[in-house]
Amino acid sequence: MSTGPLRAPWTGPLGLYHPGTSPLHRARAGLKLAILALFTLAVALAHGPRSALVALGIALLLQLVSRVPWHRTTRGLLPTLVVAAMIGAYQWWARGWATAVEVSVNLVALVLISTLLTATTRADALLDVLARIARPLRHVGLSPEVFGLTVGLFLRTIPVLVRTTSETRDAARARGLERHPRAVLVPAAVRMVAHARATGDALAARGLGED
Amino acid sequence: MIALAGVQVTAYSPDAAGGADRIVRLLGPVSLALGEHRIAIVGANGSGKSTLARLLNGLVLPSSGTVQVDGLDTARDGAAVRRRVGFMFTDPDAQLVMPTPVEDVALSLRRLPLDAAARDAAARAALARFGLADRAEVPVHSLSGGQRQLLALASVLATEPQILVCDEPTTLLDLRWRRIVDELLAGLDQQVVVVTHDLDAALQADRVLVVDDGAVAFDGDPVPAVQFYRDLMTAAHP
Repeated sequence: MSTGPLRAPWTGPLGLYHPGTSPLHRARAGLKLAILALFTLAVALAHGPRSALVALGIALLLQLVSRVPWHRTTRGLLPTLVVAAMIGAYQWWARGWATAVEVSVNLVALVLISTLLTATTRADALLDVLARIARPLRHVGLSPEVFGLTVGLFLRTIPVLVRTTSETRDAARARGLERHPRAVLVPAAVRMVAHARATGDALAARGLGED
Repeated sequence: MIALAGVQVTAYSPDAAGGADRIVRLLGPVSLALGEHRIAIVGANGSGKSTLARLLNGLVLPSSGTVQVDGLDTARDGAAVRRRVGFMFTDPDAQLVMPTPVEDVALSLRRLPLDAAARDAAARAALARFGLADRAEVPVHSLSGGQRQLLALASVLATEPQILVCDEPTTLLDLRWRRIVDELLAGLDQQVVVVTHDLDAALQADRVLVVDDGAVAFDGDPVPAVQFYRDLMTAAHP
């Protein structure tokens, strides 16, 4: 049976930078982060399905402006859509259709706009902004550069976590243990700890976060 | 010049019988002065050669004794040592932490006083040097193992360290990529210390250290060193 070309492994909604020259790509990373923060605040404060649909409309409009290919965004968004549908179904049952639409559409809009931030902003630029934001931490003895690096690596860790879990699931399946959650969870947790240690070694070897 | 004086590395090891942890010796005592342009370290798995390599840029600190690089102590001046000594791991996936090649090289460059544009230009120049210019923006996980190892090398060398320590850089590579990486390492201006199982590569070095059971069992010219190692491995049965 033919299943067509293999797809690259799913790396989570906060995917890779996608090179481009759109206005979103050209906008300063700090401005985009500020807009994301304001957008999130507005979504949290506004109530009702209409405001949620407006938020989603804005996110979709920005997606068009960014010219990031749809297949990249939709592939990353699929699991979010599943979660949004489940939450929406529960909210419909518990609090009615209006709340269901508001909650699930808000979730999709926020994930979409966050995806656009990482798809149109280089990690390097994001680290610069985060380090700049964290400058006041210098007064309490913390390094802004280390703070920026930590947040940046946290974002990077999400796709690694997804990939590690997927590989561990494959390994369990190869041994006929696909129905044993422990055969996936324990090795995946151990591998993530090993990954964290290896990342620490890699950063130390490059002398990062030491100045 | 790298100087090791009376270096020992010890570690706690769980007691199989469930008693208190034991202290085991991983390496040493070792005293060496490493000044040759190309130095190879060979040894069996678990012999202590990676521990020796990691001592050289302070990834592992000695339990006793001192390791100095150009007079800088790895325990006291770790950051300064790591600016001078780059380190390349066996598995490039352990080393590459950013999603795309250009971002990973740029990450290495963050400790240099460069603005974002200069960092980006330097990162692309480093990638071009290793034939990865057209792969700058692709996901790191889409690169082949050999390309990832080249990227790891580009990330380390972008900051122009004076010494490069490589821990089995070709172990995971096929013959073609092994040759490419070996040739690149051979052509570097830096002093290179390489841990390897590739005896052909070891024979090209200026000096070879044979590590066995946590000690330097042979230290000298490549031909007798490799012969010593072959005899050692033939005689030893696990």
